[in-house]
Amino acid sequence: MSRTLFRKIWDQHLVADGGDSAPSLLWIDLHLVHEVTSPQAFEALRTAGRRVRRTDLTVATMDHNVPTTDGPITDPLAKQQLDALRRNCEEFGVLLFETGSGREGIVHVIGAELGVTQPGMTIVCGDSHTSTHGAFGALAFGIGTSEVEHVLATQTLPQKRPKTMQLDFAGDLPFGLTAKDMVLAAIGQIGVAGGVGHVIEYTGSAVRNLSMEGRMTICNMSIEGGARAGLIAPDEKTHAYLAGRPAFVESNWSDFFTDEGATYDVVHTVDISALKPQVTWGTNPGMVAPVDGVVPDPADFADADERAAVERALHYMDLAPGTPLQDVRIDRVFIGSCTNARIEDLRAAAEVVNGHRVAEGVHAIVVPGSAQVKRQAEDEGLREVFERAGFEWRRAGCSMCLGMNPDILAPGERCASTSNRNFEGRQGAGGRTHLLSPTMAAAAAIKGHFADVRELA
Amino acid sequence: MRPLPSVTGTVAVLDRPDVDTDQIIPKQFLKRIERAGYGEFLFFDWMKDPGFELHATPGASILIAGRNFGCGSSREHAAWALEDYGFRAVLAPSFGDIFRQNAILSGLAPIALPVQELSRVKEAVATRNELTVDLERLRISHPGGLELEFAFDPHAQETLVHGLDDVARTLRRDGELAAFEAGYTPRFDLAKIPA
Repeated sequence: MSRTLFRKIWDQHLVADGGDSAPSLLWIDLHLVHEVTSPQAFEALRTAGRRVRRTDLTVATMDHNVPTTDGPITDPLAKQQLDALRRNCEEFGVLLFETGSGREGIVHVIGAELGVTQPGMTIVCGDSHTSTHGAFGALAFGIGTSEVEHVLATQTLPQKRPKTMQLDFAGDLPFGLTAKDMVLAAIGQIGVAGGVGHVIEYTGSAVRNLSMEGRMTICNMSIEGGARAGLIAPDEKTHAYLAGRPAFVESNWSDFFTDEGATYDVVHTVDISALKPQVTWGTNPGMVAPVDGVVPDPADFADADERAAVERALHYMDLAPGTPLQDVRIDRVFIGSCTNARIEDLRAAAEVVNGHRVAEGVHAIVVPGSAQVKRQAEDEGLREVFERAGFEWRRAGCSMCLGMNPDILAPGERCASTSNRNFEGRQGAGGRTHLLSPTMAAAAAIKGHFADVRELA
Repeated sequence: MRPLPSVTGTVAVLDRPDVDTDQIIPKQFLKRIERAGYGEFLFFDWMKDPGFELHATPGASILIAGRNFGCGSSREHAAWALEDYGFRAVLAPSFGDIFRQNAILSGLAPIALPVQELSRVKEAVATRNELTVDLERLRISHPGGLELEFAFDPHAQETLVHGLDDVARTLRRDGELAAFEAGYTPRFDLAKIPA
């Protein structure tokens, strides 16, 4: 019987099959752990006298809370949480890459970097952007703390089999556009709840043509379209990216593809042949428009719920309907996050920035996704390019993506951000977030407002 | 986890679509390492608005929400905050996938109802604010006579009704786990990572 890529991975990991309606017991090949969503899980293990079942399949790092400036951590609560992770990893025998180890970084950046992310695997982490690892043809999804506890104790999860969705990108990606533009446009089309209950498989020649970094950007934002996981079938490029990584073990990656004749529960086609750079204007990632577009008018939305949501969003974002996006001025620029802080992202942004200056009054930072990305970027001279232009160059971490560390927006500040969520207060209470690609963020930094990077002289 | 055979109480209505978990519990409260005490931070920023819907119904134990409730971040703190605040059930047209699972494992029943049925419940509680959600019989009833059935996954129902420890349930299946593990080879090798 012909099967989808998702179904092949699912079937291979069934400890017990629950069929269509009951939960199956799913084996987990890799459990990634970080400081924010694990302390209560370890505490529950301790209370119940349980151990971590497979320490050889569990890796921890510090990312959400860590300051990205030099010097010790000053926030006592953040420090307590990082100390708790260190203590828990010691007590339970979990491998931890802590700040300063040289291998630390955002959990979804270091997975592939270490070579622990492999095609055909099941991967979980107490973080919704675990979907990132789907770029390697792994079934990877975010879980809550109770499920973190469950995986620590049993290396399995009871899961009902999700439905499948094919999201096919039709056409070639126009010159100067990026994976971020593709995925923002896709979420704009299917909506932030479009993928609920589904695992998305991204297909099309434009996806095949993307680098692994680009594929990670797309899969990363699956959750913003409501899907717990997104997948891309592995190919030679996938294998080449992973081969030689520290923990790499040769895999049967070429077995993981969707068979001819296999069907998905839902199919969407996103035509990208005339795509333009995307910028969000609202308070969820589906509220997005091309950079040459305008802020929409709530009156144009037929659905009453949606109209009210758009009204609310424009009020929060302090934007008037009809305003050209290129007229919207910004205060801050953030290049970073598990969506867009890999070496290719930094190279692309640096290329735009080179020879320019950050606009007067704009505060711009670059936060590499991992210690390794930071070293590599410094070796390639990217740090100098950014610093010469007036960007701050920081240490690796989640930084301003979620404001759990000192990097936050002040109330009312407007930020061009390469991260994944523009929810109210996401980057700091009262802060206003616009999502875009690293090259578009670089262009906004230089111009002081949103601008089509392709028109930048 | 407290067993939840049924809940009877007043209803709060938060009629907005796509309420994300960042709103339910903002990031600054995720630095705590305890599991209890998040109720006072529920909807922290929205609560500052005197006109915020939840202020109208203090003491409510059932929340009626809009579609895609609990989308976004995987933070289980969102479910903990709702439960600690006093909610035992959330009725909505749909939920974010991770939130739904987190709620079940936190003793908070996420019940998906078709929009039309949800409208009938809203109309009923607007007349008299009292509702019973029975997790054993999978029925919603209003003293005015409205009775609705709802679908719920049997495994999740058992977890909630009896307040079960899901980890213990899985560990009891040690034979199945051991059988799978016997034929299992890890897909990577942490021992190869240089110190």
